[in-house]
Amino acid sequence: MQISSRQLYKTTIFDVSGDIDLANSPAVRKALLKEVRDNRTPRVVMNLSNVRYIDSSGVASLVEGLKASRDVGSRFILFGLSTSAREVLQLSRLLKIFEVYDNEEQALAG
Amino acid sequence: MKILHGTRRSKPKGRNGDLSHGLLLRLELPSDPSLLCAVRGAVERLTESFGFSAPDCRAVTRAVDEALTNIIRHSYHGRPDRPIEMLFRSVHGAATPKASEGLEILLCDRGPSIKRAQLCLRELEEVRPGGLGLHFIQQSMDIVEYQRANGTNRLRLVKYVRAPKREVNS
Repeated sequence: MQISSRQLYKTTIFDVSGDIDLANSPAVRKALLKEVRDNRTPRVVMNLSNVRYIDSSGVASLVEGLKASRDVGSRFILFGLSTSAREVLQLSRLLKIFEVYDNEEQALAG
Repeated sequence: MKILHGTRRSKPKGRNGDLSHGLLLRLELPSDPSLLCAVRGAVERLTESFGFSAPDCRAVTRAVDEALTNIIRHSYHGRPDRPIEMLFRSVHGAATPKASEGLEILLCDRGPSIKRAQLCLRELEEVRPGGLGLHFIQQSMDIVEYQRANGTNRLRLVKYVRAPKREVNS
């Protein structure tokens, strides 16, 4: 898995590629929490277009990012969910909890 | 990761007791999270060739991945060098009237016995990290059974094929 970030106005976009599983979800969690808690970025966006698979530890990292953003009053947005990623959020009844868009344009306009 | 056996619909040979009956694949691997990706790849291919629908292939792969994650985290407490054995077998049963053939997966580890409380599902209405793996396993498989015998934790997962089997032309 690879994770990189871009800055756009008052937004940080994380571009993630590869699978998010037990081997690398701690890296996702660390990057997310640093951006939300330490940098206090008003809007954090996760580009998951190139993520084929997310396991429960990856979902847990996203939930931590969401909760941290709620704590500091910022927005946490996901876009580009694969079928598999969408399924795990549905199975965990979290799809409606997250702010989810189909693509980057919609995510930034939302 | 060591692939010890990889035959297609093998006939029972009577070795290793009942476990060799219908054996499709046997894997031995250390409890290293970096190997999860390789196991998912193997399970995806196996479930595709077994005739599962695309959603069911993803479901079985997800269940196996979450079961391995649980073993690594809870049974071996993150140690990457402990043994895990997996057996994939073709079984016949009838979870529903339309289902006959199924894929049975046995996951064995040598960690301490799992406490009953660890097998309880948490409420999904709670929005909090953690505790989702067991839900994913239960929602993905038709049968989920845990046994402890001879110092080994054994998790048995079964998924039945629902769609008609595809004809494969060679």
